[in-house]
Amino acid sequence: MIVHITMPQLGESVTEGILGRWLVKPGDQVNVYDPLCEVITDKVNAEVPSTVAGRVAELLASENEAVPVGKVICTIETEKNEEESASAEHKETFGEKEKADPGSGGTLFGKREAGQRLSPAVLKLAAEKKIPLEKIRGTGAGGRITRKDLLLYLEEREKTKANVLPDEVSKPPVRELNAAIGREEEMTKPSPLPVAALGDVEIDVTPVRRTIAERMVRSKHEAPHAWMMIEVDATNLVKLRNGLKEEFKRREGFNLTYLPFFIKAVVEALKEFPMLNAQWAKDRIIMKKEVNISIAVATDDALFVPVIKRADEKSVLGLARSIEELVRKTREGRLAPDDISGGTFTVNNTGSFGSVLSMPIINSPQAAILSIEAIVKRPVVIEGMIAVRDMVNLTLSLDHRILDGLICGRFMQRVKEKIEAIRPEMEIY
Amino acid sequence: MAILSYIEAVTHTLREEMKRDPRVFLLGEDVGVRGGVFRATQGLIEEFGEERVIDSPLTESAIVGVSIGAAAYGLRPVAEIQFADFILPAVNQIISEAAKIRYRSNNDWHVPLVIRAPYGGGVHGALYHSQSMERIFAGNPGLKIVAPATPYDVKGLLTSAIRDEDPVLFFEHKRLYRSVKGEVPEQEYTLPIGKGDIKREGSDITVISYGLTLHYVLQAAESLAKEGISTHVFDLMTLYPLDKEGIIEAAAKTGKVLIVHEDHKEGGIGGEVSAVIAEEALFDLDAPIKRLGGPSIPAMPYSPPLEKFYMLNPDKIAQAMRELAYF
Repeated sequence: MIVHITMPQLGESVTEGILGRWLVKPGDQVNVYDPLCEVITDKVNAEVPSTVAGRVAELLASENEAVPVGKVICTIETEKNEEESASAEHKETFGEKEKADPGSGGTLFGKREAGQRLSPAVLKLAAEKKIPLEKIRGTGAGGRITRKDLLLYLEEREKTKANVLPDEVSKPPVRELNAAIGREEEMTKPSPLPVAALGDVEIDVTPVRRTIAERMVRSKHEAPHAWMMIEVDATNLVKLRNGLKEEFKRREGFNLTYLPFFIKAVVEALKEFPMLNAQWAKDRIIMKKEVNISIAVATDDALFVPVIKRADEKSVLGLARSIEELVRKTREGRLAPDDISGGTFTVNNTGSFGSVLSMPIINSPQAAILSIEAIVKRPVVIEGMIAVRDMVNLTLSLDHRILDGLICGRFMQRVKEKIEAIRPEMEIY
Repeated sequence: MAILSYIEAVTHTLREEMKRDPRVFLLGEDVGVRGGVFRATQGLIEEFGEERVIDSPLTESAIVGVSIGAAAYGLRPVAEIQFADFILPAVNQIISEAAKIRYRSNNDWHVPLVIRAPYGGGVHGALYHSQSMERIFAGNPGLKIVAPATPYDVKGLLTSAIRDEDPVLFFEHKRLYRSVKGEVPEQEYTLPIGKGDIKREGSDITVISYGLTLHYVLQAAESLAKEGISTHVFDLMTLYPLDKEGIIEAAAKTGKVLIVHEDHKEGGIGGEVSAVIAEEALFDLDAPIKRLGGPSIPAMPYSPPLEKFYMLNPDKIAQAMRELAYF
């Protein structure tokens, strides 16, 4: 029996994925869960596992091709006989049943491989009303464009037309102003694209890179960033961590870093100042109940922000383990959509590069982002005397729509107090 | 306006037509003294006498044969086949004679005959008292097949059937007899044979049905409305000849069509409805036409779990509707 493997839905709002690399070729024998290919989406990279054991019959998508969710990417020949599959059919869900039942819709509109399946009604409407189908996001099974999608699109189009009409009518008298408008337009127009010269290296923008770029522009554009910094004396923290790290490594099997201590302090302070754990929603501010900390994890060519879910319920050890797991998953490219969603506040660890000062961009729609800079030994004046202390700068970028300096200053003070209150005998488990 | 049950609407209409037209008479097994096995003709023998309400022998071919003769000579017989399952001995009379006389005699003779037949399952009647027989007659020009689902439609269509100049098979679903009630106007009225009816307006999917399953469809539509799925429900009412215009219009309304009936899916009326849509409304279709009907087993079993398996219900129908909506 031939089994069709389709492009999986790798995230709730993901409609297509780029097939990165085939890991099998026709004729290969595969087992259930064997990876078939890599898929790159805006959100995550993943491997597509085989759902059956058998021999790879045909690869139906090529590398670097954008494939819509639900489209067949390859076929696998199994040894399962027809009878078995017929008895299994009862249990199958709707989408799957279509494939098994030759009498139903799946085969009616031609081969699925032949691209999008469009019904007669959709084709007729699209031709009659000159609707560009590529602009329409299908809501039917497997992203199919339904007649209703087109009707909604037409309705929208009519509406915008009606809105645009007065503009068009009033166009002639405005003509003289065109020159002025033209200048203004030029100012808001994006700058001309640079062109590569001989010897320059051009690199294709990956979906992840593009997403980072878009998000950063949007955040900077939408959220008015304000910024502040405080100095924290982390001498006691350094002592505590130095005393624990050997035994911790032995007991837990991974390194104890400073990050979980800072996150712990941040989370506790967020509980006191929940406004920093909020989101901008145009006509309201949503104060989030859950405290989910996004942490920035850089790989060689991209930046990911996996999320420590319910960070307020975790001990320093629990946070350390979550961080370790998320970093490992990021490096191995195994982050699932769930791992990167739901963050309510971001903690950025720029100190790991030795930076002592940075101005992070807010991870919209979150309200703020906090950077932990490098811990460095510095001479500090304490009670009129000069002492050598381990100092660290904490910086905060805040969305000034939601937050003001006062509350953020208080919040930063609480984080500072919590770090400085650390005693060498503190319990981390 | 009186609230009548489905079967009360039958009795009410028979009485009304017998009063109006002395040519109308009833015949069938136990229709007289017993008032019909379902009590559809109760009280009529007392009211109209045994010359107009005739208890016949257990011979369906004779019931129909006598009716054809009487009709040909100007009377208006309304014959009852006690259970539609037993119509088979009379099929030769119905198809070979009643349906063809007008054509064969070049309009000299015609047969204004109504055959009432309770059909359908879900009543623990076992196989000989549960079958759907409409498919046997569908596609025979010269015959009309009517299958109303509500008391209002019963009165309108039975009146039309009795006044029709040609043979009409009037299928009444047994399960509806006492389970469905509705408003029925006291005054006379007719509904056109060959016309369907929109029983619910909707915009996402179209469901075409008749008889008992129409009520299940309406229930399913109600629950799907809560999920945000809007269902357009079309009641065929006449199974032959089909209301092609109405069917095409209903199908075009949403482009997604499900046809539901209790009769076997295979070879049932749904196949013909589906073909009409495929021929006439292709460019309005947004999904393959779907049919939901009884499974392909010889007849309805007696065992309650097996009968339940055979019968459609609002849940099974809602699932099929949901699948279509999400296509």
